[in-house]
Amino acid sequence: MKILVPVKRVVDYNVKVRVKADSSGVDIANVKMSMNPFCEIAIEEAVRLREKGVATEVIAVSAGLLQCQETLRNAMAIGADRAILIETDVELQPLAVAKLLKAIVDKEQPGLVILGKQAIDDDANQTGQMLSALLGWGQATFASKVEVSGDTATVTREVDGGLETISLKLPAIITTDLRLNEPRYATLPNIMKAKKKQLDNVKPADLGVDVTPRLTTLKVEEPPKRRGGVKVADVAALMDKLKNEAKVI
Amino acid sequence: MSTYQAPLKEMHLLLETVAPISEICKLPHFADATPDTVAAILEASAQFATEVLDPLNWSGDQEGARHNPADNSVTTPKGFKAAYAGYREMGGTGMPMPTDFGGMGMPRSVVTLTDEMLHSANMGFGLLPMLTQGAIEAILLAGSDELKATFAEKMVSGEWSGTMNLTEPQAGSDLSLVKTRAEPQADGSYKVFGTKIYITYGEHDWAENIVHLVLARLPDAPPGVKGISLLVVPKFLVNKDGSLGARNDVKCISIEHKMGIHASPTAVMQFGDAGGATGYIVGEPNRGLEYMFIMMNLARFGVGLQGVGISERAYQRAVAFARDRVQSRDVGAPRQPSVSIIHHPDVRRMLLRMRAQTEAARALAMATAYAFDLAAAHPDAAVRASNAAFVDLMIPIHKGWATEMAQETTYQGIQIHGGMGFIEETGAAQYYRDARITTIYEGTTAIQANDLIGRKMARENGVTAKALIATMREFAVELATSQHPHLKATHARLIAGIEAVERAVEFNLANFNSDIRACFAGSVPMLKLFGIVCGGWQLARVALEAEKRLNAGHADAAFYEAKLATMRFFADTMIPEAIAAADTIVNGAEGTMAMAEAAF
Repeated sequence: MKILVPVKRVVDYNVKVRVKADSSGVDIANVKMSMNPFCEIAIEEAVRLREKGVATEVIAVSAGLLQCQETLRNAMAIGADRAILIETDVELQPLAVAKLLKAIVDKEQPGLVILGKQAIDDDANQTGQMLSALLGWGQATFASKVEVSGDTATVTREVDGGLETISLKLPAIITTDLRLNEPRYATLPNIMKAKKKQLDNVKPADLGVDVTPRLTTLKVEEPPKRRGGVKVADVAALMDKLKNEAKVI
Repeated sequence: MSTYQAPLKEMHLLLETVAPISEICKLPHFADATPDTVAAILEASAQFATEVLDPLNWSGDQEGARHNPADNSVTTPKGFKAAYAGYREMGGTGMPMPTDFGGMGMPRSVVTLTDEMLHSANMGFGLLPMLTQGAIEAILLAGSDELKATFAEKMVSGEWSGTMNLTEPQAGSDLSLVKTRAEPQADGSYKVFGTKIYITYGEHDWAENIVHLVLARLPDAPPGVKGISLLVVPKFLVNKDGSLGARNDVKCISIEHKMGIHASPTAVMQFGDAGGATGYIVGEPNRGLEYMFIMMNLARFGVGLQGVGISERAYQRAVAFARDRVQSRDVGAPRQPSVSIIHHPDVRRMLLRMRAQTEAARALAMATAYAFDLAAAHPDAAVRASNAAFVDLMIPIHKGWATEMAQETTYQGIQIHGGMGFIEETGAAQYYRDARITTIYEGTTAIQANDLIGRKMARENGVTAKALIATMREFAVELATSQHPHLKATHARLIAGIEAVERAVEFNLANFNSDIRACFAGSVPMLKLFGIVCGGWQLARVALEAEKRLNAGHADAAFYEAKLATMRFFADTMIPEAIAAADTIVNGAEGTMAMAEAAF
């Protein structure tokens, strides 16, 4: 069985981002980029499944600028066997990514697609779910434990009320939560080996997918600065302020 | 609190200027070291340093290594053994080693940066890989095929570690006084008897076997340095099939209580208490010191990197504190509320002294590392030879200057913290204590300085030093084309610095035979003079590139502007110290030698 793992190149989690002066977006020129941490967990899980003998091949895929190759090399240094870059400089939104991934799935026929539950840049939390709908496959989101036996995956999910364990038929979609595993360090010899692994480059047009954005970003702003608090005399004064000043009740 | 962050942007800039990785990977040996692979290696090493080694630095210092007299074993601080296993798994130990023995064959220009990260994050940890590298080099350089087959691969993988056993109670800087004996046996091996002191990681609990490289005298050896041989003495003998055999007759009888590097056990080693420790000779008899000096070159380079690494770490902690600590009003805005101390001019001065010297020493280390790589792998023999000569000249300068400046940077690190700096829990004091050994081991500052003015300068009549001066003058012509005010100021200072170097070199060459005491009285000032001027030269090469990128409209303007500002500070405040050092060299000998010995 093949496992497909989509990975996203995002602003590193240590970077404090700034909004561009013209409010058109976040300034990512010259900031450190790395693999989305949830995607790292997804790669680690796929590699573990291969090491257990459940899977035979792990394929990493990324969509975006040519620099996403670095992210794919990193995925291969952790243990992915080969990688596919869908190269485009168009701003990609979750639906477009899901369509691109569907085209790759049609070609590669994996038994499992493991994705990060969301990317730490736009926090959309949509791609896995959309891909599941496009493929008509079952989905197990927010996984904290994954077991595969035969053509069934048993997945423990982190839900608001606690943990939920579900079983689903393969092929299926799994999205990873933070506690699924702790990704290994990419070792230096594996970084060298990753350089020699196969990395294919395709364009959205090759896959017959239109990636034109459907949403337009009007304005990006910093969250409002927190203002100092005030002491109120009594509950009545508090209620009054909530009703008339903050207008929240 | 502050967490170590490897200065990756700075490191990449050096790999694009003074040690161009895009050129290095064209050399046949280093085809694998392409810019993207090197970027991934630096990234992985930085992550390991930040997440694994830095958090163990303080606990390792407080807990320290312990000797267990019952079985002469050594227990290292909590977490270190696991960290070493992680370091091995990551492939850290084999990075600079040849691929024939399981290494990765990375150029010195890359390993210099990853080694700096080790020492920044945890100097006590970094010593074991550093010394093992040296021990492997010695075996590969001069050892028989059998020795290489038995030991090299396991040491490259980090399964076994290595040590350097030079010093004895009566033989410190003067190794001609070594008394350890090696007696030949019928089977070609030797029995070794003697005591060695100050053996870093002579005993520990990280690796299955410890391979000691030991200086000793054979029975018929001539006296002095020409009668010293180098032997391999493993802790456990190795069977024909490579498995571990009997325990050898070598033990750690105690470890030292030290001022710093507490995590690193400094052992007293006893050889041959029970009939003789089995050893195997490396290369030819009586040439041990010569071999040892080749690995010593690497070890000296490594200690210089400790100076850079510990300075970087001290700087990062001091900046974090200076931004955070609010105390006193801004002198320029006295009616406003108190400000964080980074606003005070003298705190800026201290921070800049730390930063400018650290960056200059790092750039000089990288220029030396690049020459190492060219000397090792360039197809043209003349290029190899000139770069090897440059490395030889730079080793004492880099080691001596980078470690001396680390005394000042770690001192300033404490000073910026004020009273908090004197309190151990703050963490600034540990860097000061750890840094203190670096001007002593692998040859004191004076030993480096004597090597510089004697072997590296007077003995060859200043050929390499004069070539260096010519190269700096050529660069100054290029620098003169810049219109940037900081670089124009730098040009004037650098020219004055180069002239000071010329005066001092002339003095040394003119007086070395007629008044050698006068030359030696100024040897340490000579080291400082070369360190500052050569460091400034390398810093200016980087600054010139920064200006080009700014002119080209590079988006990361703040980073490159900071390079130019650092350059200006170095030119205006450090280079004058070099010029003063030249004055001391030329005019200071009489004052140094005037007092009668009895008057001390």
